[in-house]
Amino acid sequence: MISGWSATIIAARKGGTSMADLLALLTDPDVSFFRYAFFVGILASISFGIVGTYIVTRRITYIAGAISHCVLGGIGVGLYLQRKVGIAWFDPLYGAICAALAAAIVIGLVSMYARQREDTVIGTLWAVGMAVGLLFIAKTPGFVDPMSYLFGNILLISQKDLWLVTALDLLVVGIGGFFYNTLLAVCFDEENARLRGIPAGLYYIVLLCMTALTIVLLVRVVGIVMVVALLTLPAAVANHFARKMWQMMVVAGILCMVFITSGLAVSYSYDLPSGPTIILIAGAVYLAVAAGSRCRRLFQ
Amino acid sequence: MLLNSYNPKSNADIVMREKPSSKRGDKEPVITIRDLDFSYEGIPGLAGVNLTVEAHDSVCIVGPNGGGKTTLIKLILGLLQPDRGEIRLFGGNPRVTRLQVGYVPQYARYDPLFPVTVLDVVLMGRLGGNRSGRYARSDREAALSALEEMRLIDTADRSFATLSGGQQQRVLIARALASATRMLILDEPTANIDAKTEVDLFELLQELNTRMTILMATHDLGFVSQFFKSVVCVNHQVVVHPTSLITGEVIQEIYGGDFRMVRHDHRCAEGGHEHG
Repeated sequence: MISGWSATIIAARKGGTSMADLLALLTDPDVSFFRYAFFVGILASISFGIVGTYIVTRRITYIAGAISHCVLGGIGVGLYLQRKVGIAWFDPLYGAICAALAAAIVIGLVSMYARQREDTVIGTLWAVGMAVGLLFIAKTPGFVDPMSYLFGNILLISQKDLWLVTALDLLVVGIGGFFYNTLLAVCFDEENARLRGIPAGLYYIVLLCMTALTIVLLVRVVGIVMVVALLTLPAAVANHFARKMWQMMVVAGILCMVFITSGLAVSYSYDLPSGPTIILIAGAVYLAVAAGSRCRRLFQ
Repeated sequence: MLLNSYNPKSNADIVMREKPSSKRGDKEPVITIRDLDFSYEGIPGLAGVNLTVEAHDSVCIVGPNGGGKTTLIKLILGLLQPDRGEIRLFGGNPRVTRLQVGYVPQYARYDPLFPVTVLDVVLMGRLGGNRSGRYARSDREAALSALEEMRLIDTADRSFATLSGGQQQRVLIARALASATRMLILDEPTANIDAKTEVDLFELLQELNTRMTILMATHDLGFVSQFFKSVVCVNHQVVVHPTSLITGEVIQEIYGGDFRMVRHDHRCAEGGHEHG
């Protein structure tokens, strides 16, 4: 499944890539999953820009990594419950959401109350989450390819995801907008925020839960292993061009849209797996901007 | 220095708040610490601390690095909890009353790419006014006048990250000024600023001292006697001296780590005490 589009859409392909082809593809009923992936990517970019900015400025990329790997545990348990235990309504997505939120809350509490061993706990959750997922998938009847969860598979995206991602956008924009000043203060200087009577720990956990939900919804586009890169790379690039936090969020969101849509287009026209293509485009832009800003500083 | 322009609104607040307490005879101390012990993960940090700071005092906290100056300040601010003993700030729980304190932390390296402007940083000193964290016009005015006070008004819209270390330190002092109504606590504020700014800072502290209590930590004993009315020596224990009595011998004892030879009292009375 990971190795490209071939079997599924070879019939839909007419070769070459022009804008017209892309439009044709988006309206083609035979490849509706491409349309869903395209619009889910664009809608999710809004949340990714905002949450990614918080992750980069609060420097919790590795925490986001641990949360995303715990998602596999939730998916594994979800698949097992659905297919072996026979709880038909239990979509693996619900398992993923539960696992991600649980990981976010545990990590938040650990980093608040046991600062010394924070990295050990995060590393443990990271590995244990994956191990649980792989074991449950192994014991689930029928063939389940863990690769599609690890590296993304846009065939798994459905129309329901459009609604879920829209709901997530409303939630993230709402929280980010209403608590903008407070979250900015918590990310910049947590101690000062606490002195001003702000429950910084609570906001930190809210931030991690927002991260968890955002990760779950885009795992299917780029996969558990690479989702954190798509969360942080646009924000890291935007960081070079923004003087204020909201500017960074807007620029990161736009960049994320560009990375996802161009990645999907490139992967389609060259028959490449879409997740790695998106990540490589994002990584290349990040390296170019980082190198460019370093050079500019050297020659100033 | 534009001292008179500073934050007229909170000035009025202070007069209103201080008046009733002065009727009670100005005797209610700003900070009261009784029999405090603090240890960090089993390692003793501070032991047997007793300290009283009166309103409008100016107190300098001195002592060697690692002696517990910052720990004492964080205990006073309620950021750390003591193992034993009691701390009262303005007669109440520090976690509630600390909103009336402006605090300049020991210079910390902030993320050099953090997307925040100088005015944003100073406004953070005005947070806590309401639940949502929205800033009112009065917050903006207080932040701008604090920036003016620190001669940083021209940098208000610049990115905090592009300022020099000394300028960043002054921004943090401005943030503390924006939030201080009754007391200003500074932890080694002179570590990163040039001589001119330092002289200005002490002029400013002197002016502020007429309307609020000043508490400042430093390991630089040179400043102590110029301005401060009393000195608190912190080296795992806490000893109070009036500044007039800081002699070479006392300094040697502070940094030598042996306190048993120094007579001390726990109240910083105006007249101080005499060494026997």
